Amino acid sequence: MTAATASQTAGPYWHLIDFPEWADLLRADGPNAGVAGGERIVLTGRVTDGQGAPVADAMVEIWQADPEGRYDGAFHGFGRCGTDADGMFRFVTLKPGPVPGRGNQTQAPHVVLSIFARGLLKPLVTRLYFEGEALNETDPVLQAVTPARRATLIARPTGAPGEWRLDIRLQGEGETVFLDI
Amino acid sequence: MTDPTGYRRPDPATQPPYDVPAYGSTHHRHPKQALVRVPHTLTEVSGPRFSPAWYAPHADLSTLNGKAALGERIIVAGRVLDEDGRPVRGAMVEVWQANAAGRYHHPGDQHDAPLDPNFLGRGRVFTDEEGSYRFTTIRPGAYPWRNHPNAWRPVHIHFSLFGAGFAQRLITQMYFPGDPLLAYDPIFNGIADAAARERLIARFDLDITEPEWALGYRFDIVLRGREATPFENDGAH
Repeated sequence: MTAATASQTAGPYWHLIDFPEWADLLRADGPNAGVAGGERIVLTGRVTDGQGAPVADAMVEIWQADPEGRYDGAFHGFGRCGTDADGMFRFVTLKPGPVPGRGNQTQAPHVVLSIFARGLLKPLVTRLYFEGEALNETDPVLQAVTPARRATLIARPTGAPGEWRLDIRLQGEGETVFLDI
Repeated sequence: MTDPTGYRRPDPATQPPYDVPAYGSTHHRHPKQALVRVPHTLTEVSGPRFSPAWYAPHADLSTLNGKAALGERIIVAGRVLDEDGRPVRGAMVEVWQANAAGRYHHPGDQHDAPLDPNFLGRGRVFTDEEGSYRFTTIRPGAYPWRNHPNAWRPVHIHFSLFGAGFAQRLITQMYFPGDPLLAYDPIFNGIADAAARERLIARFDLDITEPEWALGYRFDIVLRGREATPFENDGAH
């Protein structure tokens, strides 16, 4: 057995593999063209570092289930977005459904977020949940997090139609809960 | 429903930590709280499938609009396997790199070295049934960075890979054999295990080398393997 290849930083010039249209999972000429149904949502947030400064050179990737909670359906639940000068990311996608967990558990609707950047020798992985979902109360990952830090995983509506916001703090006060997957 | 088989956890010495004091950019970007370990579910063991129909392959970085980039043309090839030696088929491999002079085609790179109008430095290939990939490019140059006085990055090509499961997602860098800068590089040396570092260095390969055309380098990549399952252990014949 050979151990998995070591991770290295994506560095500051990863934008050479940035295709900004990938942040819109519902783009007309993309892999989800023709996928019908589901609720269109916008996921946004700001990535900041331990000094509260925006992380302006991060690559954020998402991975999620379709509105029925399936990963093997027609919906391509992957997106990539570079943060802007203010550290903001923005995805357009469909709201995922609840996903089976281990045993008889059910996972609340969630989106995986991975952060790659200069200064990160391996990605930081977290999840975005949706405020107000009844299943949040029993979600195994949320329950594994101390209640005081749980809010760092829960997006809130911004007031704009279908738009949810979750800020990512890499370090320090209000530090996002990152997952060891 | 049967629980999905998860991916094995890495030996920590074979992967870099988040906090590497010698690498300045980690100072304000590494989490100070412990990560929360989650057992793998469908979310982690499934992953995006990239169809070449939507994500067009681009395996020749050495020319642009029919014009040759400057520098030493090379071929990079290898296999993508899991930890059990099984080929990872249909994996999307993205690469990006500096040009022969050590400068990226990127507005953020202000290194005083020439840009090459015929070199963008990005590519995308897919592994075949054997897990093999191959692309043609230009050997990148070393370049300075401001991490510490007189800091230079060793020559490298960035690699991004997607396996079958999102937990296999990998971004890494391929280095070149014999590069004296490796000994001084805090990114490369952020990995504690010497053998794991060594595996990031491509090997010159005469079989990949094409006569009268380009030197060949082999870079094999290993993605996380699955935990043992009762089914796999039940190998009695």
